[in-house]
Amino acid sequence: MGTSVALLPGLPLLGAAAHLLGGRRTDRWGHVVATAVVFASFGLAVAAFVTMLGRPIDERRVGAVLFSWVPAPELSVDFGLALDPLSICFVLLITGVGGLVHVYSMAYMRDDPHRRRFFAYLNLFVAAMLVLVMADNFLGLYLGWEGVGLASYLLIGFWSHKPSAATAARKAFVVNRVGDIGLAVALMIMVAEVGSVSYDAVFAAVGTELGQGTTTALGLLLLLAACGKSAQVPLQSWLGDAMEGPTPVSALIHAATMVTAGVYLIVRSGAIFEAAPAAQTAVVAVGAVTLLVGAIIGCAKDDIKKALAASTMSQIGYMVLAAGLGPAGYAVAIMHLLTHGFFKAGLFLGAGSVMHAMNDETDMRRYGGLARVLPVTAVTFGLAYLAIIGVPPFAGFWSKDGIIEAALDEGGVRGVLLGAATVLGAGITAFYMTRVMILTFGGRARWNADEVHPHEAPASVHPHEAPASMTAPMVILAIGSVGAGAVLAVGDRLSEWLAPVVGEHEPAHLVPVWMVTTVVLLTVAVGVGLAVRQYARRDVPLVAPTGSRLTRAARRDLYGDDLNEAIAMRPGQRLTAGIVRLDEVGVDGAVGAVATTVRAASDRLRLLQNGFVRTYALSMFGGAVLVLAVTLALGSGS
Amino acid sequence: MNPDHYLYLAAALFTIGASGVLLRRNAIVVFMCVELMLNAANLAFVTVARTRSEVDGQVFAFFTMVVAAAEVVVGLAIIMAIFRSRRSVSVDDDSLLKF
Repeated sequence: MGTSVALLPGLPLLGAAAHLLGGRRTDRWGHVVATAVVFASFGLAVAAFVTMLGRPIDERRVGAVLFSWVPAPELSVDFGLALDPLSICFVLLITGVGGLVHVYSMAYMRDDPHRRRFFAYLNLFVAAMLVLVMADNFLGLYLGWEGVGLASYLLIGFWSHKPSAATAARKAFVVNRVGDIGLAVALMIMVAEVGSVSYDAVFAAVGTELGQGTTTALGLLLLLAACGKSAQVPLQSWLGDAMEGPTPVSALIHAATMVTAGVYLIVRSGAIFEAAPAAQTAVVAVGAVTLLVGAIIGCAKDDIKKALAASTMSQIGYMVLAAGLGPAGYAVAIMHLLTHGFFKAGLFLGAGSVMHAMNDETDMRRYGGLARVLPVTAVTFGLAYLAIIGVPPFAGFWSKDGIIEAALDEGGVRGVLLGAATVLGAGITAFYMTRVMILTFGGRARWNADEVHPHEAPASVHPHEAPASMTAPMVILAIGSVGAGAVLAVGDRLSEWLAPVVGEHEPAHLVPVWMVTTVVLLTVAVGVGLAVRQYARRDVPLVAPTGSRLTRAARRDLYGDDLNEAIAMRPGQRLTAGIVRLDEVGVDGAVGAVATTVRAASDRLRLLQNGFVRTYALSMFGGAVLVLAVTLALGSGS
Repeated sequence: MNPDHYLYLAAALFTIGASGVLLRRNAIVVFMCVELMLNAANLAFVTVARTRSEVDGQVFAFFTMVVAAAEVVVGLAIIMAIFRSRRSVSVDDDSLLKF
């Protein structure tokens, strides 16, 4: 069992190493091997899952210590990997969706000259993500955390010849660093206060060695880390730009897996958050704000990938909110994470297929009527669409309703506020997803209507359905979008499965379930109706109208970038400019002044060297007389 | 005999030598004046040695003579070399080693 645990992240890591070190020799078969190792990992994960199913509930955790990692006397950390009911969910999602995305990429990246590098990075990502979720201590998690950050950076900037992609990669890297500081400082606190970074030791110390204040600080720092990785307010700005990366990357990293690492961190550290109500409140607030902000931004974006990215942000807001509710929300947070993994990856792969058909055009105003030419894409995208807006019995319905119910179960003012935010979010989600759906697949074809984009020489595009290796993963993900929710939710399968890790919880049902479902479905219907009225009944202009103040704000990500620039970038630039000035004027000035003075003085002094022997002799006499006089004066004095 | 007279003589010789070194242009004369100063010093050494009945001053005088002899060899050689190349023994003509 230990070997299998080590092989799970080991295989993709070997794949990445082989492709990166093997050079051009691996160009021809690299992508096949890369895909094969991910599927091998998936096979191992399924085997581990089946074995785990066959065990009694309290023996399901399987761990293996691979080697002693930090053998310092005061702090000994072993590199340990562990599979438990929580991490196996992630492992199956990562390797499963990862494998499908690899297959999809084989066709999507077929003509890219750097295909081998692309697959190497994807393998690296899968390996790092597996380390992240399988580590049995916070240091291992941190290793994976930084690893996925690196892979994300490399893949966003994969087409780094485009300045926009290079900038987006840098932005993602920098914003993620801000969050990572939270995790790093949290680790330091653990080392200082507990003397260990293993999950068991840290969670056992909550309430004993760790005081209330320290626990709250830990919670807030972990939340900061989660905000960075999961693109939550206030560190949300990088996700939209991250869409510069190839679309399979957006599907795997920026929709299904990496961005959900924050949710994993919060659920995994549940013991800390439960002991720190203030931190939990912060988590819930961040989730609620992000789900609304993301949804509003999603309504205004014309770029299909950016609309989906805003949607991802919003859906992760739901998960974070649920994770902040404590044991009541952990299971639904993970359930939404898994169903979201299916339908959002499906949506992104669909978007990739549309872009593939449309010569990489991403402006939805240039789409329209694609259902007829891209039937498979339209159907799979449509199923994922029904799942994300939460139409029963599709996957999103089960998980999103679960989150809304859990939010309402908080009771009191909190319950009302959170319930209102989640229900409103569901309505807006229905609106913007319907908009994406109609703009892309419905209405009349706008792709050859030519007054704009004069720079595109061949004005005509001939949309065509993608090859089978691209449609097959989309079909599989669509099946997941349809069925995953019911499979996980009916009979509380997932919450019972996770109970050994996150604890059990009996829902209170303060508001009857039928009432919640009715209200949510009505809100969703209103959202869909509004979108239909606005986009299906009228012609869609090729150039976006100016729009209301809110639309303009949403187009600019609700001024997220402007805010960052105002509070971080410009003061930072002013600070550096000030320091540079201080260096140039103060330090350099002082040094320069000393040099100038010395040079001027020596210019004068050297005139004493006039070459006449008698002058030198005179100065020697003068000196001798002086020495003699001083000697005599001092001598007589004593 | 009063040893002060010897010291006065030494002082007078030293002054003559020093003024010669500072005022004369002819390198040979300057050189001779240097010798005069050295010998004035020697005279002072032996006088003081004699009055104090110690041998140190006399030994010093010997050393000074040896060093002076060596100096004469080197110094005259330099003066000869300069004279051969420039046809002049004026110390003011050789003022190129400056700035």
